[in-house]
Amino acid sequence: MSDATAGDVVLSLEGITRRFGSVIALDQASLRVRAGTVHAVLGENGAGKTTLMRVAFGLLQPQEGTVRVRGVPQVIASPSVALSMGIGMVHQHFTLVPAMTVAENVALGNHGRYDPRAAAERVRSVATRAGLTLDPDAMVSTLSVAAQQRCEIVKALARDVQLLILDEPTAVLAPSEAQELLQWMRRHAEAGHAVVLITHKLRDALAIADDVTVLRRGRTVLAARATATDEAGLANAMLGHRTSPIDGMPSMADELLAEVDVTGAFRTTAAARTGERAPVFMTRDLHVSDSRGVARVRGATMHVYAGEIVGIAAVEGEGQHELLRVLAGRGQAASGQLTHPTEVGFVPEDRHRDALMLDASLVENVALRGAGARRGRVAWSTLREETAQIIAGYRVQASGVQSAARAMSGGNQQKLVLGRELHGAPTALVVENPSRGLDFRATAAVRDALRAARDAGAAVVLFSSDLDEVLLLADRVYAMHNGALTETPSDRDLVGRAMLGSQTSRA
Amino acid sequence: MLSASATPVDQMAVTASSRHSGVGAWVLRTGALAAIALSVLVLLLLATGHDASAALSALARGAFGSWYAITSATLVRAVPLALAGLAVAIAFRAGILNVGAEGQLLMGAAIGAAVAAIVGSPSSTPAAALAIVVILLAGALAGGAWAAIAAVLRQRYGVLEVISTIMLNFLAQYLIGWLVRGPLQEPARINPQSASLPDALHLPVLLEGTRLHMGLLLAIALAVGAWWWLKETAGGFRLRAVGSNAWAAATSGQIRVTRTVMGAFILSGALAGLAGSVEYTGVTYALYDNFSPGYGFTAIAVALLARLHPLGVLATALLFGALEAGANAMQRDAGVPSVVVSVVEATLILLVVSAERWRSRVVARAESGT
Repeated sequence: MSDATAGDVVLSLEGITRRFGSVIALDQASLRVRAGTVHAVLGENGAGKTTLMRVAFGLLQPQEGTVRVRGVPQVIASPSVALSMGIGMVHQHFTLVPAMTVAENVALGNHGRYDPRAAAERVRSVATRAGLTLDPDAMVSTLSVAAQQRCEIVKALARDVQLLILDEPTAVLAPSEAQELLQWMRRHAEAGHAVVLITHKLRDALAIADDVTVLRRGRTVLAARATATDEAGLANAMLGHRTSPIDGMPSMADELLAEVDVTGAFRTTAAARTGERAPVFMTRDLHVSDSRGVARVRGATMHVYAGEIVGIAAVEGEGQHELLRVLAGRGQAASGQLTHPTEVGFVPEDRHRDALMLDASLVENVALRGAGARRGRVAWSTLREETAQIIAGYRVQASGVQSAARAMSGGNQQKLVLGRELHGAPTALVVENPSRGLDFRATAAVRDALRAARDAGAAVVLFSSDLDEVLLLADRVYAMHNGALTETPSDRDLVGRAMLGSQTSRA
Repeated sequence: MLSASATPVDQMAVTASSRHSGVGAWVLRTGALAAIALSVLVLLLLATGHDASAALSALARGAFGSWYAITSATLVRAVPLALAGLAVAIAFRAGILNVGAEGQLLMGAAIGAAVAAIVGSPSSTPAAALAIVVILLAGALAGGAWAAIAAVLRQRYGVLEVISTIMLNFLAQYLIGWLVRGPLQEPARINPQSASLPDALHLPVLLEGTRLHMGLLLAIALAVGAWWWLKETAGGFRLRAVGSNAWAAATSGQIRVTRTVMGAFILSGALAGLAGSVEYTGVTYALYDNFSPGYGFTAIAVALLARLHPLGVLATALLFGALEAGANAMQRDAGVPSVVVSVVEATLILLVVSAERWRSRVVARAESGT
């Protein structure tokens, strides 16, 4: 299997078409992945990136088209067939068993007797060979998100995978972790393997990919060497050639590039600064423990006024989730002072778990907001109108307000949640990773909505694991490290240092 | 991300999700399932050497063959099935796997009988009417209290309600066994059963010359009420939200989940308890061992086949009522043991559960991919 030399086409998808009912997800899409390269697959939400890779991994069968593995036409009937051909995939949502160790997770699906020592040894050798740090005996539930991802990668590599597909792998990672993973992918490819990176981050793609394939509406619109293209070219390919702004929104490509260029820019804020008004959110020496009783917020002091966006910058697991929950009135503080409004719009980190009823209709999901305090009858007709407005305002692609939330793509589900919490004129908002998993247009819409809420006088607390997003949106920034907050000028380097605990300098 | 710990609801095969499809589709699907179940019955009859056509016609006659069969056999059985089926449906909609409707029903009957014993024989018609209401309510309260035990065990100590409610079923059954040999035994102390309910305390008969009683109207009213309440009110929505995703209900809806679950569990128990006191005042007029022929268990099938829809429960309760009524006739007239109908019922449940699984897999496949 490893006799492919660099440059040989390991996987080739030709003319792949896949429909779901009347929706065409893939329309004659193609992809050629060469050995020894990182291949970036780019596209907006719903462009068909994940669907195409699910075809390659045997999770979906194409209705038309040919799949060739090392030049031989193949039918990849299931993931186990894909694995036997050396194709592995790490999904956006991990598929690990939390109550098992790393070694046990990697050995899952093997046949015969389970030998703990041999399994641990296998993990150790695969991880070492691949250059990944991973403790085989650690319980998965205790691992950081980045380590869980390494566990998923090792799980695939332990099956002698020659072509590894990673679906939005950096979405869940802190910036430094993301850099580390991208570097690893580069090295892994240089060792002769093929890596497919599904992403919508142009910068990531251009930084490490050899080849780039761009999908738009299920079609392959660009397939090129990374050196032969640039950010503007990719952005145009992804978004289509739009020279005029759509619906009053500034050109998406501009927004996209602005995001890329924001590094280090010091923002002068338009938000009114004031000393006299009472803050909307206020904490003093706040302590919060998580559900297992571990102290996560340790002496946080902050204030947020009406008409400003306050950003929290932190790497994963510094206590930001617990802090935001308490600010939003969704959690209990252990000690300290806390002021927050009674009604706070809240966009939680884990939308599937905390924000949506997947089997319920869109209207019912919108009705969830404020359900705890509602009395008497539910005003369904008002809620139906509200839902229709959200669908229109955030371009939620759904077949109607009564359709099930489960029937929408992940990006559209997120748009619905954001639309719900931002609808009306919220006076206080707490938002975690508002644009995670969203495409450019939706990201821009969400950011505009956050700014509009701010301009209308809302107090907004924002956490994003994408530091650039914090810097782009926030009027003021607190860096969070080890459960405590430090107000920091909106400078990428300074914030970066503060969130890592000051003495370490950023890579 | 690691997936959130699965709640019991996630594992439930049948959810209310299919309400997005229309009534017509439901009738078609249910009809198809019933047809399959009927063919299983025919095969079973043939395999055991019975005359299938004679058995089936006895079944049909027993269920719908005469005015008396319809009113006094089928509908009379449909009433407790509908009330207990509503109980199960409401609990399941809230994500509570209450399989203790049988025990709650028995407690409703037992406490109803106890209250009747205290009331004695009322002197006037208004007093009798009031007494009937008190007996019915006492039954509902008893069922609710019985369910509250399991609710507290679940919310305070994390005891799975599937286990606790099954155990409480046994407790209720043996409690009745003791009551009808002890404090509630009839005055002559010969048979293990309670004194007969005085005529004045019987639920009024709906149609002269039949056994059909007012409980039918009560069941219909409660089913319509439950449907409206779940659909239109804030409280009903909270119940469904907690059942759909308790995490999201708490975080995004700021719903007090524990309170909602307790309330739904007790409401469910109260409906099952009411089924017991209605059966006592409307049909049996006495308490005895084996008071219920498993209405509380069949109610689970009634609720599942109705896809947890309160109005659907009325239809499926009628179907199961007819099956049970027909089973008796089949045994009497064609010599076929009535348990074969249990096989049909079990087949129906398995079909519903697997059809739902299959359907959701098809839907998931059609919707997968971004």
